[in-house]
Amino acid sequence: VCVHRVRSYGSIGFVKSKYVCVFDKSAVKFSHQQRLFRTSAVSCGQIVQFKLSDIGEGITEVTVKEWYIKEGDSVSQFDSICEVQSDKASVTITSRYDGIIRKLHYNVDEIAFVGKPLVDIEIDASKGVAPEEDVVETPPMSHEEHTHQEIKGHKTLATPAVRRLAMENNIKLSEVVGTGKDNRILKEDILNYLAKQTGAILPPSPKAEIIPPLPKSETVPAAPKDKARKIPVPVSRPIVFSGKDKTEPVTGFQKAMVKTMSAALKIPHFGYCDEIDLTQLVQLREELKPLAQLRGVKLSFMPFFIKAASLGLLQYPILNSSLDESCQNVTYKASHNIGVAMDTEQGLIVPNVKNVQVCSVFEIASELNRLQSLGSAGQLGTNDLTGGTFTLSNIGTIGGTYAKPVILPPEVAIGALGKIQVLPRFNGKGEVFKAQIMNVSWSADHRIIDGATMARFSNLWKSYLENPASMLLDLK
Amino acid sequence: MVLPSLLKNCLQLSCILRTPKAGFRSTTSGGLIIQSVSNDVYQNLAVEDWIHDHMDLENQQVLFLWRNSPAVVIGRHQNPWQECNLRLMRQKNIKLARRRSGGGTVYHDLGNINLTFFTTRKKYERMANLKLVVKALKALRPQLEVHVTDRYDILLDKQYKISGTAAKLGRAAAYHHCTLLCNADKFVLSSVLKSPYKGIKSNATPSVSASVKNLFEEDPSLTSEMLLDAIAEEYAMQHQIDHRITLINPADETVLPGISNKTKELQTWEWLYGKTPKFSVSTCFNMVYKDSVLDVEVDMDVKHGRIDACNIDLPEQWLPPALCSELMKNLTGSKFCPNETTMLMTALLRVCPQDDELHSRWNLLCENLTMLM
Repeated sequence: VCVHRVRSYGSIGFVKSKYVCVFDKSAVKFSHQQRLFRTSAVSCGQIVQFKLSDIGEGITEVTVKEWYIKEGDSVSQFDSICEVQSDKASVTITSRYDGIIRKLHYNVDEIAFVGKPLVDIEIDASKGVAPEEDVVETPPMSHEEHTHQEIKGHKTLATPAVRRLAMENNIKLSEVVGTGKDNRILKEDILNYLAKQTGAILPPSPKAEIIPPLPKSETVPAAPKDKARKIPVPVSRPIVFSGKDKTEPVTGFQKAMVKTMSAALKIPHFGYCDEIDLTQLVQLREELKPLAQLRGVKLSFMPFFIKAASLGLLQYPILNSSLDESCQNVTYKASHNIGVAMDTEQGLIVPNVKNVQVCSVFEIASELNRLQSLGSAGQLGTNDLTGGTFTLSNIGTIGGTYAKPVILPPEVAIGALGKIQVLPRFNGKGEVFKAQIMNVSWSADHRIIDGATMARFSNLWKSYLENPASMLLDLK
Repeated sequence: MVLPSLLKNCLQLSCILRTPKAGFRSTTSGGLIIQSVSNDVYQNLAVEDWIHDHMDLENQQVLFLWRNSPAVVIGRHQNPWQECNLRLMRQKNIKLARRRSGGGTVYHDLGNINLTFFTTRKKYERMANLKLVVKALKALRPQLEVHVTDRYDILLDKQYKISGTAAKLGRAAAYHHCTLLCNADKFVLSSVLKSPYKGIKSNATPSVSASVKNLFEEDPSLTSEMLLDAIAEEYAMQHQIDHRITLINPADETVLPGISNKTKELQTWEWLYGKTPKFSVSTCFNMVYKDSVLDVEVDMDVKHGRIDACNIDLPEQWLPPALCSELMKNLTGSKFCPNETTMLMTALLRVCPQDDELHSRWNLLCENLTMLM
């Protein structure tokens, strides 16, 4: 097969098929000891200087861009150590040894030299070092794949998993008798070989995580004494759970939310809930949806809820007020800037529709569309996010019936809307019919708002929504 | 997406990716040409990752052809604030992507084609690949004056850059990818690749800007499809394989197991912005407030895309000092991101004294701070 390749670039150092010797042979002896367990990882290791290997194309120096490990970390063979860059090429340097990082020879942004030490790794002497020849890498594919590996003239058949197990335990495959097909070496063969060497029953993989000791109360209780038969004691195999707790600092927007919510809970909340029959509204919306669509606006239920709330606030303006910090003055806000809670990737945001008292239902719908698309793109501005006077949270779009919403300071009231469910209800004639029922949960500041006010506001809001035609009477 | 060539086949990729039985010379081809059916930059970059991590390139090399809808792609170790106009990109819905290879920043749209040459690490040879591309171009249009520079660019008429290169070397595999400008929107290109952010000091890899030209401008009869075909043909000839392009769908988890995780990772904030080498911003700007102009000085250190230290100098008493220090304390540790800052500052406003004057000053400061991000 003739391979036609144009190579006129005068590069000097072509990459050789073998790695250039990367450590002082005199410092490390290739050990054949069959020790299974590491007794102490700290002091019995050899320090090996892992040198930066040839990158190709005659490159002699690179810039260190990022370290993936730090001094003291333990690494396994093939773990990524660092990222270096040379002339538009980004190179991931991986470890050739299992061990502990003892020294980083360069800082980020420093120039590193090919052939010079990059990191010092302390390896466990009993484990020996990786063979000099570049092990032919087979990607982690199906376990049915078999590979030949030529080790000192012997052709041995073994899966990558078996080879790894042999390497971890410092076993030469040529010394193991394979009992599989075509004298293939199986995992059992390796384990038997090891058992013969040590005479011990083998534990699970030496790479198992350290298991935290179980608290005494969780240990299996001893068999009750009054039971005559003996319960066999199972061989205790340690349960390996490699999950770790993860601690992160609370920063940025989350931190600001902590502040806001802490302030919110200083407000004495009281709750008031009710159910609304939206059967007529559902029908009305179905009729109006295509009209809004023609004008390029998506019409949900929210514009109706928001407008009805504003009509209610005209009658009960105290719900649209603000109590100052010292609780000396109440400010009745002229504008109904009704906030709509939105769940985004970044968290909970509450943009508001300004001046609902002078907006039509269609205008509110249009504005909601704008806020929703800005919200999902993460592009809401300060003007949209500040100045709210009253908030509605449509948690029902995700789910739920009743809720206990938290008032957003400096407001004094908030409503949470549950999902719309089809439920059986009795009509005026005592007949059962299918009703579209939604629950609302209000919370209000009990320092300036009393239960009766909240109840009357809620009743008015409910009547507008249960009989949408009545809204026409009071629309300005 | 247009699939012009009748030679293209949609094969199950799994049958091609099986490692041939070791010890036997592979009877299948020594090369493979694949083309993505997706124009999503993240999906396509994920395919590169997948091939790099999972394919055995010992017996066959791979050429991957792909195009993206508008996106700016920065190099592994670059600073997006330094390289492009993030504000404009957000407005125009142009995506930002960070690739795993080194090099500088490029603009992609459907008028640009991307070529990735996958080999084992030992067979990594950028010059040969670029000469292959030039050979293909000249075979298609002999009068084209194109050549490869020693910076691994391809120049048209000895002055206009039509291709940029970058590479990634891993443990056993390596890839070299390059762009090729066929008919990209040069106006959008130059406006998004110009950063408006001042006062940035960073050790991130800088881009080297160059005058660019589309091949289409030189010869209007050229299309992206023609160029892709010509390059595929040249590659097939040089690797002694069938001129057959296999289509792959980067969303197909059965053919490319694990690809959706790779795609997701490339879109995370931590990858896109958090991988920016540490930098500092030192700048001052004017704010106009009710007939007066105020000088504001801002100093920030940004590490892993988050504000590590921050100082904002405002005219004395323009905002209550306690509030200023509360702001700076909250900004520390926060993402260097306009949306995060806006959400943070508007949330803090809820626990401030309810004073309209204070609110409008606070909002003005917020708008100006987010302009830096």
